[in-house]
Amino acid sequence: MTVAVSLRAVSRHFGAVKALDAVDLDIEAGEFFAMLGPSGSGKTTCLRLIAGFEQPTSGHIEIFGERVEGVPPYRRSVNTVFQDYALFPHMNVIENVAYSLMLRKVPKAERLKTAEAALDLVQLGGYGARRPGQLSGGQRQRVALARAIVNKPKVLLLDEPLGALDLKLRESMQEELKSLQKRLGITFVFVTHDQGEALSMADRVAVFSDGRIRQVGTPEDIYQRPDTPFVADFVGSSNVLPPDLVERLAGVRRFASLRPEAIRLGGEARLTGTVVARSYLGPVTRLAIEAVGLKLHAIVPSGADLPGEGDTIGLGFDSVALHLMGTEP
Amino acid sequence: MSALDTGWTPPPQSLAGRLGDLFWRRPGLLVALMLLPPVLWLGIVYIGSLLTLLLQSFYSLDEFSGLVVPEFTLATYAELLRPSNFDIILRTVIMAALVTVASAIIAFPIAYVAARYARGKWKALFYLGIMLPLWSSYLVKVYAWKLILAKEGILTWLFAKLHISWLLDAILAIPGIGGNSLSVSYIGTFLVFVYIWLPYMILPTQAALERVPANLIDASSDLGGTPAMTFRNVILPLAFPGIVAGSIFTFSLTLGDYIIPQIVGTSRLFIGQAVYTQQGTAGNIPLAAAFTVVPIVIMGIYLTVAKRLGAFDAL
Repeated sequence: MTVAVSLRAVSRHFGAVKALDAVDLDIEAGEFFAMLGPSGSGKTTCLRLIAGFEQPTSGHIEIFGERVEGVPPYRRSVNTVFQDYALFPHMNVIENVAYSLMLRKVPKAERLKTAEAALDLVQLGGYGARRPGQLSGGQRQRVALARAIVNKPKVLLLDEPLGALDLKLRESMQEELKSLQKRLGITFVFVTHDQGEALSMADRVAVFSDGRIRQVGTPEDIYQRPDTPFVADFVGSSNVLPPDLVERLAGVRRFASLRPEAIRLGGEARLTGTVVARSYLGPVTRLAIEAVGLKLHAIVPSGADLPGEGDTIGLGFDSVALHLMGTEP
Repeated sequence: MSALDTGWTPPPQSLAGRLGDLFWRRPGLLVALMLLPPVLWLGIVYIGSLLTLLLQSFYSLDEFSGLVVPEFTLATYAELLRPSNFDIILRTVIMAALVTVASAIIAFPIAYVAARYARGKWKALFYLGIMLPLWSSYLVKVYAWKLILAKEGILTWLFAKLHISWLLDAILAIPGIGGNSLSVSYIGTFLVFVYIWLPYMILPTQAALERVPANLIDASSDLGGTPAMTFRNVILPLAFPGIVAGSIFTFSLTLGDYIIPQIVGTSRLFIGQAVYTQQGTAGNIPLAAAFTVVPIVIMGIYLTVAKRLGAFDAL
């Protein structure tokens, strides 16, 4: 497998702030890769380093085997879909999409044909004459996407591209992006703070926090087998059980994660707790339960016989559902 | 369940409070009140005077009695086209155009640095630097320039010290725009115009550049734009309305000014001076009025062309 983007001990410091701290990462060619983390975790800095908008303080970056430190963005075979799209307001849609071709002095007729084809690809054929200001958020997003892929980059970077869209649109765009990536075969590197988005779209996910990568793996790895309490908590808000409780339950002094949906209300109770809040989410209901001094969450199928606030209940789960992690918090 | 006592109390009733309620119910009333003084001023005092002026320009002066004949005629406008008068118009328009172009070229880098790089304290310093000259009297500055540009002035001295007096002599020897010294040449007038109006070009240009989002520059670079391409295709078009706004200032201010060419420059008149002379010593109000209409018409044409060029599209 070819490595598309490789980061070796890359740091980016802004004064005393370590936005990115000695990060190692390999992104494979043709992969749909997600960088997931809360705001300020360094994922966007990482993207900007790959795009060339920032220079690393130390370490080195390779794109398809070529060192790119000191290489300006306009000499990198990488294109970006910006968070707020960054469409040129003084150009219409087709001029926006054809911008990179125009700079490369592609003849006008050919340029327009290629741009129109890119617009077709994002289902915006015939919108070429409009101005960005006349488009909806979702349409602008597609124009930004068409503009970024029109020149067939080796790597496409997407900075929270769905962040500004409403839920329905976001879901349909997720599927579209996924199928687009398959058709084009371009390596997609996708930054998001939404774990659902990362899990549903990516082939592999890197979880960032405080300028470091906490775990890299397939969505299943990350979700089912988190390495650290942070990953367990951030990806899917798992219950993190402290070492002394885990010692009582499983006989080892380590942190463990217990997914909310793994908790059963009936059957053999392994913990007892009091329901402190109940939120109805449609097909499922989420219960906040106070047990052994912890606040746990359980997600159970909605039904008529659910306990209410203040009820004391027994919590059951299979031993395999208890995923053991390290001893570090 | 009875209503909870949340402890909420209304703000105290006062005259200002009741007035506030009134404005809240009728937002149009507040807008109307705020607009009233400027509309009265602009509508009656300014537009009214302007129309009277326009009217005057269609009258003519009786050569013998020196009295204004209140009958409609285009004779005064015909007089404007006489070579001696038309030269004044041509001279002023060319000067205004050159001053505008020079101001734009000098202002752009200053505005660019201020908009893209200056932050916090440095930005305050920038504004101070631009505004400071505006705080001192315009006459003081013009007279100061007269001394700087004079034959015995510091500029002549500096050229001599640097052993490049020949350069100054060569500049002064240029036919048409040269002269005995810089202070009595068109070059001198031009320099002072550029100096005096420069802040009016820098500020709008800076404001326009500030509104160009940084991510558009990133996007252009990302798509293969070298800094020069990004400048030409993204920064310049988006800053263009600001430059046009600034040029409206520099152009119209130069068209109308009558002090600078009187203090620094040749004895040949500019439009402002012509108006001043015609309405004063010559007592030819119709011709003065006709001269005043010229800059208005030129500005009208200028704005129309600017709009055609798309200068206001990005507003």
